Amino acid sequence: MIGAIFPGMSGENKLGAFFTWDYHRDMLRDYSIHGILACGMTIVILTAGIDLSVGSLLGMTGMFFAHLMINLQLSPAVGIPFSLVAGTAAGLLNGVVITSFRIQPFVATLAMMVSARGLAKFIGGGRKIQAGTQQLPAIFEQISSQVLNNNLAIVTIIFLASMGVFWLILNRTRFGRHLYAIGGNDEAARLSGVRVNLVRTAAYGIAGLMSAVAGVCYAARTYYGDPEAGQGYELTSIAMVVIGGTSLIGGRGGIFLTLLGTLIIGYIEKILSINGVEIAYRFMVEGAIIVAAVIIQQTGRRTRL
Amino acid sequence: MKDTPLLQMKRISKSFPGVQALSEVSFELHEGEVVGLVGENGAGKSTLMKILSGVYAPDRGEILIDGQAVRFSSPKDAERAGVAVIYQELSLVPSVSVMENVLMGREPRTRWKTVDWREMARVSSELLTLLDMPIDVRRPVEEFGVAVQQMIEIAKALSLNARILVMDEPTSSLSEHETKQLFDIVRKLKGKGVGVVYISHKMEEIYEIADRITVLRDGQHVGTATAEELPSEKMIQWMVGRKIDQFFPSRTPEIGEELLKVSGLTLPQPGMSGVNLVNNVSFSVHSGEILGLAGLRGAGNSPLLGAIFGRYGRRPRGDIHIRGEKVEITSPPQAIAHGMAYLTNDRKASGLVLPMSVLHNMTLVSLRDMTRFGWLDPLVEQRSASAYRDSLSIRTPSLRTEVSTLSGGNQQKVILAKWLMSEPSILFLDEPTRGIDVGAKTEIYSLMNRWASEGKAILLITSELPELLAMSDRILVMHRGEITAEFSHEEATQEKVMAAAM
Ligand SMILES: Nc1ncnc2c1ncn2[C@@H]1O[C@H](COP(=O)(O)OP(=O)(O)OP(=O)(O)O)[C@@H](O)[C@H]1O
Ligand SMILES: [Mg+2]
Repeated sequence: MIGAIFPGMSGENKLGAFFTWDYHRDMLRDYSIHGILACGMTIVILTAGIDLSVGSLLGMTGMFFAHLMINLQLSPAVGIPFSLVAGTAAGLLNGVVITSFRIQPFVATLAMMVSARGLAKFIGGGRKIQAGTQQLPAIFEQISSQVLNNNLAIVTIIFLASMGVFWLILNRTRFGRHLYAIGGNDEAARLSGVRVNLVRTAAYGIAGLMSAVAGVCYAARTYYGDPEAGQGYELTSIAMVVIGGTSLIGGRGGIFLTLLGTLIIGYIEKILSINGVEIAYRFMVEGAIIVAAVIIQQTGRRTRL
Repeated sequence: MKDTPLLQMKRISKSFPGVQALSEVSFELHEGEVVGLVGENGAGKSTLMKILSGVYAPDRGEILIDGQAVRFSSPKDAERAGVAVIYQELSLVPSVSVMENVLMGREPRTRWKTVDWREMARVSSELLTLLDMPIDVRRPVEEFGVAVQQMIEIAKALSLNARILVMDEPTSSLSEHETKQLFDIVRKLKGKGVGVVYISHKMEEIYEIADRITVLRDGQHVGTATAEELPSEKMIQWMVGRKIDQFFPSRTPEIGEELLKVSGLTLPQPGMSGVNLVNNVSFSVHSGEILGLAGLRGAGNSPLLGAIFGRYGRRPRGDIHIRGEKVEITSPPQAIAHGMAYLTNDRKASGLVLPMSVLHNMTLVSLRDMTRFGWLDPLVEQRSASAYRDSLSIRTPSLRTEVSTLSGGNQQKVILAKWLMSEPSILFLDEPTRGIDVGAKTEIYSLMNRWASEGKAILLITSELPELLAMSDRILVMHRGEITAEFSHEEATQEKVMAAAM
């Protein structure tokens, strides 16, 4: 039936693959990086903000990591922390611009999206950074490997662990509660003693940190630093958060919803691609699902009025 | 009066998860009549009216207009059938101009079918002038305070030329003068045959405007009587199910040490040099004392509290001493750290975080006390919140309920609970009984007395003069940002306070 709707699909049905663990493992592995970004995106959206720079920051930190590791042949104990700090710093800069100059998050992070992409290209002189004459550091292999007899990817573990940590942050810390309060009513939060600017800045800082985690994972998985890496990932991660049911106007939602959204998008894309649906149709389907998710959210709100 | 009533609601029932909001309630309204609808917080008044206006569908029961059964599936349907509602919670779009809010969805058109902005401005300012509120209708709504917004809401309802007009606590943020203005309009509408449902917790208003009174309690219809046949003691008994002998509980004040001293406090109006919202104000409050701050709107008493609390993000000129020690307060967290609590006069805009649960709203200020090794302990949170829910008798299906679904009065109590939980020593209460029912009002008065006798200092602002006179040990009257008079509890009378406030 799907074949009738999508002419680009091959006739043979490959859904049989759905019943093997390899299939789910690959889906999880392929979407873990998006999922890591979506974690950071969740807390930004909870504060009624948005971060368009996460994809570019992924590219930038990936390049940074590759440069430190491949070009300079530094130890991962230096390369990883430095990359994470770079991503966090960029995220904090987003936060500072938004809170101190009262610039719309959309605009501020759009500016960061453009500049971080520029920086990513600058680091490699516009080219990829790959191991040529030098040896590829072992850390690349390690991060992209799979454990438990090849049944679970390291990146998936990083993704699921992030989910756990974010759940704790959102549900068991004052900071988490403050994020919800700011998204729900920032004036009430401020008068209740919440340091609104600080918390908001931290939210963008964390989104930057998660971009860097994703950037390192991405570089490791591809074995090189790619200045174009992560393009469009910001939209996919926003889609994951929104489809899960976290409200774009802030104050409502949670990390499990984002896990749900990640799985929904992951499976849809996987099912469409395994059946050979062209990329153009896949984008259209994804767009339609996002619109549907937002509509469902809004009607839900209206009946609760 | 015709034989068929303008509106009949028959045996209406409605439940929400965990609450039976209405059970078998019947209600009648005739042409040219004002019916006062009263009852405790959460009795179901707003819900009944939201069913009438198509916001909610009833579980059971029917609605008849002119004897004809009607069924509204949306507020637009009800509007078309001639029902207009002024909701308790303001429903304006803050960033949009006043005139667009007033005529939303019914914008006048030019010959070319484009919006006729000039006509729109004319119609809306005419309506507002009628309400004695001549404001610039092209400005966005958010630039105006609650009272003006309330008037805009009223203008919006009037512009519908409805046959049935519902007013759900329209005066909770209006001054006496504005209330009078509103009543004049209601009487005019009455003369034209409009039926008005008037909901209020202010008894004087009900007796002033209502022809008949319908009382609800716990979602049930207790009775309906003409205003003459229902003296207020009996009405209150119908509402709360018991007698209230003493509306303002008495207290012997025990005034202790000086807790807060303000000297020469001056707060310039932002964007206007030379104009001060608060001008050279000095006073002090003592432990165990309730200090009333009287003044008409714009007198500066609300900004005064905000300025002390650090609400405006900059240090006002002048000095603040707490327990004799000079303090610098530039932000709310500092004020809270000094033991202050601040209940603002606008619960939706600056009091509650609406999408959060009752529990999370209550504990927002005191989260630090609910952590163990840096982690929030849900059990501790739950326990303290239940304690406050019980001591303030907050009616909510559960602590996990989203606070936006609570009745107005119960929302107010949630904010009170939030501040009490932080165990403050200095309480700023700006209109603490706004929208609160009679029973709960006396409860809050007793609580205020209890807090005072525990040694807290209370600064009270209220637009209800009897409340101010009865509760305050001392009253400061403000006018144009300055203190114009000071009265002791014994000296103060309505006339003296009004004279100093004008
Ligand atoms: N949307 C909703 N979802 C869940 N419960 C609701 C909702 N709206 C109202 N309730 C509940 O129904 C009951 C009646 O509420 P309602 O708002 O009608 O009270 P009210 O008489 O208007 O009180 P108040 O004087 O405080 O405004 C309350 O217990 C309230 O918590
Ligand atoms: Mg109500």
